[in-house]
This record gives sequence, structure tokens and C-alpha cells, in this order.
Amino acid sequence: MKISAIVTLKKEVLDPQGKVVNQTLKNMGYKNISDVRQGKYFEIELDEKDPIKCKEIAEQICKKLLSNTVIENYKINIG
Amino acid sequence: MKSSVIVFPGSNCDRDIAVALEKFKIKNQMVWHNDANLPKSDLVVLPGGFSYGDYLRTGCIASKSRIIDEIINHTKKGGLLLGICNGFQILTETGLLPGILLRNKELKFISKNVFLKVTNLDNNFCHNYKKKNIIKLHIAHNEGNYFANNDLLKKLEDQNLIAFKYSDRNGNINDNTNPNGSSNNIAGILNSEKNILGMMPHPERMIEPLLSGEDGSLMFESLFNKK
Repeated sequence: MKISAIVTLKKEVLDPQGKVVNQTLKNMGYKNISDVRQGKYFEIELDEKDPIKCKEIAEQICKKLLSNTVIENYKINIG
Repeated sequence: MKSSVIVFPGSNCDRDIAVALEKFKIKNQMVWHNDANLPKSDLVVLPGGFSYGDYLRTGCIASKSRIIDEIINHTKKGGLLLGICNGFQILTETGLLPGILLRNKELKFISKNVFLKVTNLDNNFCHNYKKKNIIKLHIAHNEGNYFANNDLLKKLEDQNLIAFKYSDRNGNINDNTNPNGSSNNIAGILNSEKNILGMMPHPERMIEPLLSGEDGSLMFESLFNKK
């Protein structure tokens, strides 16, 4: 089964790269953009068919490796 | 006194710290990250560099190395552990020290000498700084912006677990003396038991008066003459 995970910085954490992207978009003429936050996207192939087990494993790897929960949140998509 | 310097793929300050330790009569050995056993050591050092090319997050992949469990056991028995630069980043990723190091506020790699105030003198790494508590060390990093939430900052300040703060030559600590945006100008912190120190500046680069300065020497003398 395919799972994907998106890791983003928590709201209260400064995201300087997102800020620069935001500013650049404004400079390019996109005046109606109010905020940009940059994150990471992972696609993982899992040899497991049970979606509940997949979710469990995905939770574990997000917590243990893909994100640092001090500063980041993660969102998991199954299938 | 015996020390072990852990070498990861991408470490680049491992030789420098080994030279510094040996200069101060600490018997050192290099230990590969994938070794299962840690040789008998009083001090373990995680050196600076770019372990695993800073993939995913700085220090993150190295924090999952085979030797790390041995290092955690070493600290549980009261052994000393020093993480410098990338070593500090690895310590926060293992959870041995709280908080995390983010990209520098101005998004630039910083390589320069900075002044620091030694804010905790009551530990095995820093007790010799009683002679001189405003020092000059070198920093070279892209992710040195120490981040802690308000609760953690309060704990670090209340329990006096901050070892170094970025300052000016007179010891003033403010936004103007903060090179990278670190919370409360933090450059190095200790764990509650004060046997683990993580710091962004490089003491091993300040051990020769002819080349740079000697303010790093005081740390190695502190370690050699443990309290």
C-alpha cells in the first residue's frame, strides 16, 4: 500500500524559507498572497495490505524519523 | 582521563577535536558510528561537521546510529558527553538535550568569531572559566538558531542549564549580539544532571595562541581537572 506524509513547521515556529518565497511571489506581482509555509512531502511504499496497520506504521515513522515533533506537525494519507 | 570521538559519515571536525583532547593529555580514541561497543571512556564527543549531508534534518540520521544506545547508557552512568556544532544538533535529535536547532534567522551560513558569556560555571566542562567568563570562540554553521518554546526557556533559565550565551566583548546580551536568532541568545545548554553539554561554538579551534586564541583551552583544562 502507498502512504504519504506531509511534514510542516508548527505555526509558532519561524519559517524563513517560507517568508522568502512569500516575498518573492509578491515581488513577482502576486499581491494577494498573505502567507507561505514550506514543508516536506514523503511517498512510502509499504508491503502491508491492512489500512489500519499501515496507519499505525505511518504514525510511528512520522513520530520517530520523518518529523521532529518539537517544531513540526505531520499529516498522513493512506492509499 | 579517556575520551572517545564518534566519527559519522560527513563529520569534519573529528580530527581537530582529537588534536585538542590530546594536547590536554586526554587519551583519545576514534569510534566509528556503526560500532556496537563504546570503549571505556570518561568523555564522549560528538564532533562538528555535516553528518549524512544534513539530510532530512541536521543531525537526524546520525541520531539513529548504532553507537547511540551505547552513548545513552554511558550518560546514564554519569559519563560526560559533549556535542559541538553538528554534535549539538545530534544531541537534540536524540532527545538527550531539549529544543532544536533551526536554520539561521538570516538564512546565511555564518563563519566568524563571536563573544560568549559563560553563564554556568558549576559543571565539569566550564568550571575553569571562573578565571575568565567572557570568551571568544569561532562559530561556523547554517543551523545554529536554537529554538525552545516558552515553557522550556523558563525551565532552562530557572534551573540554570544555559552554559553559553552570545554576547559582546563586555558581556552584554541582546538582539544585537545574537548572530543567528537563537532563543534568549543561547549558544550552549546542559542537561539537568550537567553531564551533557551541547554547544554551537567550536572550543577545539581556540587552543593555539599563535593561530587563533586560547579561550577553548579552558574547557579542555576543565575536563582534564574534573571537579
